[in-house]
Amino acid sequence: MIYLSLFAEFFKVGLFSVGGGLATIPFLRQLINTRGWFTEAMLVDMIAVSESTPGPIGINMATYVGYTVAGPLGSIVASIAILTPSFIFICFIVKALGAFSENRFVKAAFYGLRPAVAALIASAFIGIILITVLSPGRFNGPGNFFSIINIKQFCLFTVLFFATNKWVKLHPAVFIAASAIIGVIFKF
Amino acid sequence: MKALIEIFWSFFRVGALTFGGGYSMLPMLQKEFSSKPGNITNEDIIDYYAIAQCLPGIIAVNTAMLIGHKQKKSAGMITAGIGMAMPSIIIILIIASFINNFTGLEAVAHGFNGIRVAVAVLILNAAIKMWKSGVKDKTGIIIFIAALAALTFLDISPILPVLAGAICGVVIKERGAKA
Repeated sequence: MIYLSLFAEFFKVGLFSVGGGLATIPFLRQLINTRGWFTEAMLVDMIAVSESTPGPIGINMATYVGYTVAGPLGSIVASIAILTPSFIFICFIVKALGAFSENRFVKAAFYGLRPAVAALIASAFIGIILITVLSPGRFNGPGNFFSIINIKQFCLFTVLFFATNKWVKLHPAVFIAASAIIGVIFKF
Repeated sequence: MKALIEIFWSFFRVGALTFGGGYSMLPMLQKEFSSKPGNITNEDIIDYYAIAQCLPGIIAVNTAMLIGHKQKKSAGMITAGIGMAMPSIIIILIIASFINNFTGLEAVAHGFNGIRVAVAVLILNAAIKMWKSGVKDKTGIIIFIAALAALTFLDISPILPVLAGAICGVVIKERGAKA
């Protein structure tokens, strides 16, 4: 039953992704291997759409992946599933809300958990670099390392990295739209 | 019932009009709740946002559900969560069904190849931001490197580094407190 598997997977995403929308990506990448519901390239496209449309990125991702896997009902199942752990958690902690975030165990857990989440996002970055800026499949022997770099993509990547850090106030959708136009003009 | 419908619409508006969740949502929530007569203050919203970051799941929705709970207990919480998610579901459904008609076009394929580079940059920036806010000392660097190595070279679930990191944090801090 596809809806049950969807619910189970997104329940897990909701339970373990800490630190905002993009923190869900490592968990969704895992589904490429374990479930085979979509490809790495499809996931990246879904991230782009989720970043460019209104609403929390995590919900947008759940909705889009759910739709891709099982149509409109799938999108509803995935969104509800990703919210369910939060429902349960809040019911438990709501009596001692102030004490929760000041609790020394919660603070200590986050002290160790944040670097791990940074590593999760960094590993998602490596995965996406391997299908965009680099093409490891083109590697043709030692000494020819540069053969795996896609020059056009590499140039755009460098420019965008500096642009996004110079104009931090600009919305990500601006950079996504600009990249789409550059991609069409320069035939990426 | 009237109160619940009001909660639903408030969060529906917030969901439909904020891009990206997180910080960008705070001014919207303050406008929606603290400027109206009621029991939610500006300070409440800031507190809920801080707590929402320490809960599993999506920060924006956690904040919404905490506000909903303050207003109308469990029913308010569920209404707030669904209200917040509803615009995403509608918008993404429209876009997803629309995009499939165009993916065959060559120009669209080139466009998406460009977009993927932008997504790589956005994720790199997110990783850098997370590093800056989360990796504070040598222990943090060691956890980061160990987690990244495990994720790159071993076929493990991302759940493991999260759990291992949390356990390491508690063990290290508690031993430090005793010493």
